[in-house]
Amino acid sequence: MSGNMNLTLKVWRQKNDKTRGKFVTYQANGISSDMSFLEMLDVVNEDLVRKGEDPIHFDHDCREGICGMCSLHINGRPHGPKQGTTTCQLHMRSFHDGQTIVIEPWRAAAFPVIKDLAVDRSAFDRIQQAGGYINVNTGGVPDANGIPIPKIVADEAFESATCIGCGACVAACKNASAMLFVSAKISQYALLPQGQTERYSRAQAMVAQMDAEGFGSCTNTGACEAECPVGIKLTNIARMNREYLGAKILKQVEPH
Amino acid sequence: MLDSKVPAGPLAEKWSKHKFNLKLVNPANKRKYTIIVVGTGLAGSSAAASLAELGYNVKAFCYQDSPRRAHSIAAQGGINAAKNYQNDGDSVFRLFYDTVKGGDYRSREANVHRLAEVSVNIIDQCVAQGVPFAREYGGLLDNRSFGGAQVSRTFYARGQTGQQLLLGAYSALNRQINKGTVKMYNRHEMLDLVTIDGHARGIITRDMVTGAIESHEGHAVLLCTGGYGNVFFLSTNAMGCNVTAAWRAHKRGALFANPCYTQIHPTCIPVTGDHQSKLTLMSESLRNDGRVWVPKTVELAQKLRKGELKIADIKEQDRDYYLERKYPSFGNLVPRDVASRNAKEVVDEGRGVGASGIAVFLDFEDAIKRLGEDTVRAKYGNLFDMYYQITDENPYKQPMRIYPAVHYTMGGVWVDYNLMTTVPGLYALGECNFSDHGANRLGASALMQGLADGYFVIPYTVGDYLAGLGFAPVDKNHPNFEITRTEVEKRVRKLLSLKGSKTVDDIHKKLGHIMWEYCGMARNEAGLTKAKGLIQELRREFWNDVTVLGENEEMNQSLEKAGRVADFLELGELMVDDALNRRESCGGHFREESQTEEGEAKRNDEDFSYVAAWEYKGEDQPEVLHKEALVFENVKLTQRSYK
Ligand SMILES: Cc1cc2nc3c(=O)[nH]c(=O)nc-3n(C[C@H](O)[C@H](O)[C@H](O)COP(=O)(O)OP(=O)(O)OC[C@H]3O[C@@H](n4cnc5c(N)ncnc54)[C@H](O)[C@@H]3O)c2cc1C
Ligand code: SF4
Ligand code: FES
Repeated sequence: MSGNMNLTLKVWRQKNDKTRGKFVTYQANGISSDMSFLEMLDVVNEDLVRKGEDPIHFDHDCREGICGMCSLHINGRPHGPKQGTTTCQLHMRSFHDGQTIVIEPWRAAAFPVIKDLAVDRSAFDRIQQAGGYINVNTGGVPDANGIPIPKIVADEAFESATCIGCGACVAACKNASAMLFVSAKISQYALLPQGQTERYSRAQAMVAQMDAEGFGSCTNTGACEAECPVGIKLTNIARMNREYLGAKILKQVEPH
Repeated sequence: MLDSKVPAGPLAEKWSKHKFNLKLVNPANKRKYTIIVVGTGLAGSSAAASLAELGYNVKAFCYQDSPRRAHSIAAQGGINAAKNYQNDGDSVFRLFYDTVKGGDYRSREANVHRLAEVSVNIIDQCVAQGVPFAREYGGLLDNRSFGGAQVSRTFYARGQTGQQLLLGAYSALNRQINKGTVKMYNRHEMLDLVTIDGHARGIITRDMVTGAIESHEGHAVLLCTGGYGNVFFLSTNAMGCNVTAAWRAHKRGALFANPCYTQIHPTCIPVTGDHQSKLTLMSESLRNDGRVWVPKTVELAQKLRKGELKIADIKEQDRDYYLERKYPSFGNLVPRDVASRNAKEVVDEGRGVGASGIAVFLDFEDAIKRLGEDTVRAKYGNLFDMYYQITDENPYKQPMRIYPAVHYTMGGVWVDYNLMTTVPGLYALGECNFSDHGANRLGASALMQGLADGYFVIPYTVGDYLAGLGFAPVDKNHPNFEITRTEVEKRVRKLLSLKGSKTVDDIHKKLGHIMWEYCGMARNEAGLTKAKGLIQELRREFWNDVTVLGENEEMNQSLEKAGRVADFLELGELMVDDALNRRESCGGHFREESQTEEGEAKRNDEDFSYVAAWEYKGEDQPEVLHKEALVFENVKLTQRSYK
């Protein structure tokens, strides 16, 4: 069940966004294949702390693939070699004894490094703030069953809504485009009856913010979809383009 | 000292009457008040958004890099609401009744009834925000029955209900951030509470990127900081979940209620080794079809653990389906606390399975024979996959191994009916308060409580307090801001000066072992007394021999952890004191001295029908117990039995 492995890690270390970073090599010995990838880093960090060296900083919280806080480029792939998983769900049995593992932060101009492997993804929040909501106050809303929604529509909206906001799509894209992330939210609301009134202004506002944050454009390579840990589909991008186009045609600018 | 402020009158009218009697703040004056909201989980996001919509200035804080990542995001199963869409006999009163009974009669009737009343508004609100709940083919909302409830009142979004509800609240919060009514502070950790003349007037935070230690002033402070399950080191909580904000408030005068009430969930994936950093929950629904067993004898269990026997070698007559044997009418579906305690019992006897021996089997062989693999896959496929992913064992081919894990904390900051703590102007919402779940929380009711508090309770009650204050802005230059800030800085410096031989995790793991061993599912006087000594010793070890690296003026995860563990070390001792005081078995807690002749939990309503609220008295001083008597006028107290 639990074989022990010895691994070589090449880890990106960078004190802060003002200093230059570099790769530092560490040995990770006696790693059990039952450990998660982040637990393997915990073990390395405990050793570093015992030696009085600053531990490797990385973002993480839920460690069950849902909060979207963990990141890490592992051997050139966001969230590592396994499809459909986040870094925190990756287990060491996906690696073999003697392997060298290169660990880097997300690389994108819009995601500056804070320290080591932790980056600043607040650009994602600002895009959501620009229009990722339905304008409704607390209270005074209709009964939840007042507007039936066909199951297939609700299910499709749900699929889009499962984006965890991790940023792997941006990290995977050679243009560092955020289209998959943005389109997932736009799709969720465009599909639901509650989202109709503001569908065009929402698309405009979110796309404008996405551009302002310095994300690149989409050239349809599909790398984002391939690396998305929760399987957000490229069809969302197509839908977003339609919404955005609709907004331009209608020149409809509602207040936000 | 403890006035619950529960309004008089019939139960079903209390909340509406109370709302009418609460003072209001004139719409034009609301912007003159600033409200600080610490935490952006379901409770915090919903509160911050709703208060900003009303016109208040809001400052919101979270320790993650985005408000969307609060641990509410991880809730799987669903959220209860007394909609009675299924026409199966549900009602506000039934939800109220089930919740009070489920809490083993240790919660406040009036609060629980209000929770049941507003539950129906929550679902309306979430749907209007675009939360994609599961639906039936006709387009209406789907429900399921959860945690042994007799009615189908649980709304859900596949296995990601918490995620969808939180993203809904996050969207409402974003809307207000965009309008400039909420100022959001990500990666900021609250490290202390500032009080002026006994009223909460601000907080001290550390910017987790720059290390800046800052004061923030406000007319009211809302703690929405979640639960403290991580005192056990291993739990289903996220790595960063902590008690620091609540604990600092406690040390500034907020009483802490029922700290020993923790919920231990029976179906989690067991620990595999010392490296383990957290535990993963497997939905309780698995017990609908899985059968729980261990080998009948210690010898067989030992052989199995050593690999001398395979699971298939254990004959049917050598398997002990202990839940079915002991509780013939409920079998594998006994409530969480009973299932957990029995698993611990068989493991303690030496009959546990898996390499560590700290697990029991949850077997689907019969279900697969009866229903076919496809049906089982349709029902539980995603859970089986998750299990396989983590353990590398195929549950279609061999039984799952499960073991109980710490999951939720019912205890928390004491609040009155208005959700105000014993510090005027300081409120506590969501898992961080103690109020609605008594000694045991029912499945799908924490999400309900977080959103009830944030969307539908606090917007009314906070106004009542603010209306009495006058419009003067909080005096930023009051010396208490500087005094408290300096104390925080001093504490940070002290932590950074520690250069011993132990890591913070070493100490945290030890604390976790002590808590689990002596203050977990089963407790007794001798064990608890021992634990108290061990924790005191461990606290000394922490302050003498732990090492904290780096400096303050940078992202410093060593420092963050150290601060949190220092507070857990203090909380742990209070939990033990509280457990020592409560000489009865209730909810999830089996006090060995209080059991029936058949060895089942025995509540003692005569002596313990009260909320135990603890008052901090100073460094190394024993805390003082205050009792809020619980009065039951609408439900009859009964002893639970599942035989
Ligand atoms: C795995 C799992 C599954 C669950 N499933 C269900 C379910 O199906 N149904 C159900 O009803 N309940 C469920 N629960 C329980 C429920 O999810 C939680 O009780 C609830 O979501 C807590 O919400 P909250 O808003 O109180 O706190 P949280 O969501 O934990 O939010 C806490 C917030 O406080 C912030 N914070 C904490 N400390 C500080 C500090 N010092 N400074 C600044 N900010 C701070 C955090 O950043 C965060 O924003 C589950 C829990 C777990 C762990
Ligand atoms: S679309 Fe996928 S990869 Fe991109 S942020 Fe969302 S979950 Fe992450
Ligand atoms: S840590 Fe939450 S998704 Fe990985």
